[in-house]
Amino acid sequence: MVDLLRVENISRRFGGLLALDRASLVAEDGQIVALVGPNGAGKTTLFSIITGFLSSSEGRVLYRGDEITRLAPHVLARRGIARTFQIAQPFAALTVRENIAIGAHLHHAARADALAAAEAVAKEVGLAPMLDQSAANLTVAGRKRLELARALAIEPKLLLLDEVLAGLNPSEVRDMVPVIKAIRARDITIVMIEHVMQAVMSLAEQVFVLAEGRIIAMGPPEAIAADARVIEAYLGHGAAERMRGMAHG
Amino acid sequence: MKRYAAIAIVVALLACVPLLTSSNVVLNFMVVALLIALVGQGWNVLGGYGGQYSFGHAAFFGTGAYVTGILQLRYGVNAWLGLIIGIAAGALVGTVTGALSFRSGLRGSYFALVTLAFAEVLRIIASVAPITGAGVGTLVKLDLRWEAFQFQSRAPFYWIILAFVAISLVIAQRLEASRFGAYLVAVRENEDAAKAAGIDVFRVKLAAMTLSAAITAAGGCFYAQYFLFLDAGIAYGPWISVEALLAPVIGGIGTVFGPLLGALVVKSLGEATKLITGDTPGLDLMIYGCVLILVVAFAPRGLTGLMKRGQFWPAGRRHG
Repeated sequence: MVDLLRVENISRRFGGLLALDRASLVAEDGQIVALVGPNGAGKTTLFSIITGFLSSSEGRVLYRGDEITRLAPHVLARRGIARTFQIAQPFAALTVRENIAIGAHLHHAARADALAAAEAVAKEVGLAPMLDQSAANLTVAGRKRLELARALAIEPKLLLLDEVLAGLNPSEVRDMVPVIKAIRARDITIVMIEHVMQAVMSLAEQVFVLAEGRIIAMGPPEAIAADARVIEAYLGHGAAERMRGMAHG
Repeated sequence: MKRYAAIAIVVALLACVPLLTSSNVVLNFMVVALLIALVGQGWNVLGGYGGQYSFGHAAFFGTGAYVTGILQLRYGVNAWLGLIIGIAAGALVGTVTGALSFRSGLRGSYFALVTLAFAEVLRIIASVAPITGAGVGTLVKLDLRWEAFQFQSRAPFYWIILAFVAISLVIAQRLEASRFGAYLVAVRENEDAAKAAGIDVFRVKLAAMTLSAAITAAGGCFYAQYFLFLDAGIAYGPWISVEALLAPVIGGIGTVFGPLLGALVVKSLGEATKLITGDTPGLDLMIYGCVLILVVAFAPRGLTGLMKRGQFWPAGRRHG
């Protein structure tokens, strides 16, 4: 079977800084894949390269077996790759309904159809009560849902979620987890950047850990949580050793 | 449908003006106000809906005016055909300047400056090129027949410019209820989010600029027929670029009726001050300035925004 998304040895240089160093990642059809790592590891940079917002210095991206490395964002969106933004990017002067309809227009030419499709998507992500609110007046949780709704509205095959749970309180996170599960149940493959480990553990089937631009570990979530290299990447050199010592002592 | 009914009512009421008065002063005033409303609607398509603030709509106005005038004068082309070619030429200038600016990624004040530069370049070329009559100007031959797009009285001119304005209102209304219009607003609000939604931002901007230029060029063509005289300062001068953006800014940018309302208000104020002060040169411009400051300070959504205060301006479209 062909992997839906295959990222091969992507490197990206910003001047003297090597933000990504031969990073590779694979998402199989129908999987939820998590991309984790400390701040500044290059996660969002990798997303931006996959979705065409940034170009890579080296490496290539394959989608359904075709190379898509240097295609423009809107071309990729039309081929079924949707993304959300870490910092929500609403169309601030528009209502929630109109915001989602912008995405829905990709497959619905008529205004009325797009607005109807927007309403259906809003229901799916729990935004139905806010449909006629201005996007500018949404709470953080609302904005995150709107990001998700706009991405879903383009009817993607592959959905890249950039920290849709960041900034939410624990009960809001609990509300979002089933929403994401329901999306996967519709055969949409999800790659998510996430810091909320509770969600990563309950959602992801495969976890990739990015640190200083390199993929340092990959595997199922339980294995990753116990991986010494991952603990060190987050907590510093020698941390894994000390934690073991504490557990015994 | 309700919104189209509103357009029909406004146009029908305005169409009655020549039946109520035959005063040339009144009709002349209304013709000029409607001309500015048309040119302003052109600006509004790109600036109001698309968020690309042009400071050089004179480039399109002047091209429409000169093409119509020169085709008649030097090539004996029929005026109505000249009108169509003039609009097409204006649209072409829009496409070319748009492609150059947007391809270079110019946004915001840089876009405004480059459009101003394009208009100024055209003005300077027009002021020396032999085909425009250079310093002497272009004088369209007097030929008062409707076949020549010239009329004995002002009423037919008035109805024609009103028809142009009506078409521009319908175009704006169509924008509000179409995918292209939604994409244009998306580009205005957030280009990255627009790209992520599958929108080809460059093409949307370019299409908007072409449409915007065509509408404004129609105003230029009309100007040539109405006043029968052009020079570089009239056709490509900054005055028309300023009028084009003042009308929608004062009336309400990104709204269907904003440019029309703004044009009527601005022109009325200009006339009123002229009556009060006599013809002191430049005073009407000072009034413009003051009104603009007041509008920006107290009604950033323009007069239409002021009327439905507390409501976000695109939200009104839900009922469209």
